[in-house]
Amino acid sequence: MIYLQLFLSFLKIGLFGFGGGLAIFSLIQHEIETYGWMTQEEFVDILAISQVTPGPIGINCATYVGYTATGSVWGSMLATTAIIIPSLFIMLAICKLYFVISTRFQRNIYFTRTMYTLRLSVLGMIAAAALLLIKPINQPSVSFIDWRSWVIFVIACIISIIPLFVKKADAVRGKAVVVVHRFIQIISNPIVLIVLSGYVGYLIYA
Amino acid sequence: MLYLQLFWTYLKIGTFTIGGGYVMLSLIEHEIVDRKGWIDREEFMNMIALAQAAPGLIAVNSAIFIGWRIGGWRGVIATVLGAVLPSFLIILAIAMLFQDYKDYPAVEAIFKGVRPAVVALIAAPLCRMAASAKITWATAIIPILGALLIWLGGLSPVWIILVTAFATLIYTYMKERRRE
Repeated sequence: MIYLQLFLSFLKIGLFGFGGGLAIFSLIQHEIETYGWMTQEEFVDILAISQVTPGPIGINCATYVGYTATGSVWGSMLATTAIIIPSLFIMLAICKLYFVISTRFQRNIYFTRTMYTLRLSVLGMIAAAALLLIKPINQPSVSFIDWRSWVIFVIACIISIIPLFVKKADAVRGKAVVVVHRFIQIISNPIVLIVLSGYVGYLIYA
Repeated sequence: MLYLQLFWTYLKIGTFTIGGGYVMLSLIEHEIVDRKGWIDREEFMNMIALAQAAPGLIAVNSAIFIGWRIGGWRGVIATVLGAVLPSFLIILAIAMLFQDYKDYPAVEAIFKGVRPAVVALIAAPLCRMAASAKITWATAIIPILGALLIWLGGLSPVWIILVTAFATLIYTYMKERRRE
């Protein structure tokens, strides 16, 4: 029964997974809440592990959720296969129709408008994923357990958002600016940020 | 031999790219277009546009496209397996190990620090995507409403996608008809 649930859920996720890994994360989050395959803690940890391991986030999540929900390798294989199946059909159809699609569809106003509004709603889905991790409805947050969590969050936010605004720091403004810029670029790398926050967590909570 | 090459190329990319599908795309471009010359740049760019427009994982979508263009069905099997296997095996190993270690106090402490940082790591891509979508105060209503409905209303994101697509099609149709 749980195998059938997993298969259908990940089929659905593959079919509606527009807009990349984080949007797919939001879809998986909803399925997990519906079926209770794992705790909220485990789910945040998957995202953390996905960020520091190779490969697409969607595949990482599917494999992890499949294993944890069933306790077996078969669950992993089933979820991972299910998330790929819709892609196979849709992409092969696109390949067959490639010459029609590539010339006409991208100029079709219905197609371009829908793609644009979908891009916007994907932003909402990703924001909702973050909000649900900060404060799930009707239950205490697992990611934010005390004020120190918020300090880590705010600092990590600032570090990861700064590079978006200081892109134009070039050699003209002097060596110090370039060095600081380079430093921020290094620590804003998700892998570095996660390792650092893990170290901070160890110092504070252990 | 071709299939082995396809498999190997994707396996390499799948093993060494950390950070999801978008990071993989630039490596795929380098390998497939510049080094192997399997398809030209223009087709590659079209392919990315289609792989992003279609639902599913971008890395997997592009693997299917390139596998099919170069080697047909067997090409698809080679590229998809290559793209998926490394992360499948690595995550499976971690999932198995993590079951045994997650209750260790030290591991728990580490993850208590990591969890808020992970949430923060969603913020940066969100800002970047909002900027590249050229969001305005008027269009911001769509993501804000969507986020609130999912967060507070417990609505499935699937509904948000369906309603958005459907509403856009109707809106565009009405507007086009009025113009005629």
